[in-house]
Amino acid sequence: MRLLTHNMLSSNIKGVSNGFPLRIEVEKVAEKQVDFNADFLRNMFPKIEWKAFVDAAKTIGYAELPEEVDSSALESEEFLNKFHHALLELHLEEGALVCPETGRRFPVSKGIPNMLLHEDEV
Amino acid sequence: MKLKQLEGLLGDLQQFSNPKAELEQYPTGPHIASRMLFTVVADFGCGCGTLGAAAALLGAEHVIGIDIDSQSLEIASLNAEDLELDINLIQCNVKNLGWRGQTVDTVVMNPPFGTRKKGADMEFLSVALKIASQAVYSLHKTSTRDHIKRAALRDFNASSAELRFDVPHLYKFHKKKEVDIAVDLWRFVPKVNQGKGD
Repeated sequence: MRLLTHNMLSSNIKGVSNGFPLRIEVEKVAEKQVDFNADFLRNMFPKIEWKAFVDAAKTIGYAELPEEVDSSALESEEFLNKFHHALLELHLEEGALVCPETGRRFPVSKGIPNMLLHEDEV
Repeated sequence: MKLKQLEGLLGDLQQFSNPKAELEQYPTGPHIASRMLFTVVADFGCGCGTLGAAAALLGAEHVIGIDIDSQSLEIASLNAEDLELDINLIQCNVKNLGWRGQTVDTVVMNPPFGTRKKGADMEFLSVALKIASQAVYSLHKTSTRDHIKRAALRDFNASSAELRFDVPHLYKFHKKKEVDIAVDLWRFVPKVNQGKGD
């Protein structure tokens, strides 16, 4: 699972008011190369929750992203390369996503998070 | 590839000059084909991942397949691997999906038609229209046509609901009994971003 997906996904357990961002527990991270597409990155940038993204990247071992950033950064090729790498090329392969409010763990296996809810969580 | 570029290329393709009615040869317009498959695409009830794989093959940058069934997801994962595609899979009941806003461009889906569990297709549609910013492409039984349109516009955040194949339908082939079900392909535009980038 890419960090882009992590940046969109939230915990939807009954009664939880803010299930975003899911905390990450890492067992294994994978890297898969993706063609660079600056237009896509510029398009995606305003939709990203930056703090959650930086924190997630750090958690899986990538600390090269700036803590604070505005759209002028998109003119820098160096920034775009880092953004690209963290957003699309790093994958959480094994581990878990954890609801920030309840601490409920959603296991991630072979890159697939299991977000199925129990009956009493719906 | 850019959206306009994709649409341009598809628009230049040669189409049927004498469509054969018996083969149901209706052209797929460049507008629908390009938008179905661009940028960030979610495939709801992805099963073995066919629609998601199609989107990725046609250049969608980020494809998310969501399904409740772990066996289907395993196959979807192998299929993606075979085609060397990078598809993010999530095991989840679509109706309980937790998602941050309209961060997906397009949702494509061939939902359960609600034959076994009444209203399943409507649950899918409702969630799809909450997370898509550009469009939702979805297949529904022709027999529910009026109901779909009314519910989408009144209850589900759609600003428009258009039948894309309003001539005789696509057909879904059922495995056990050999029954054809008439199916419509719909295009829904969610509210909020209507018209933007369209």
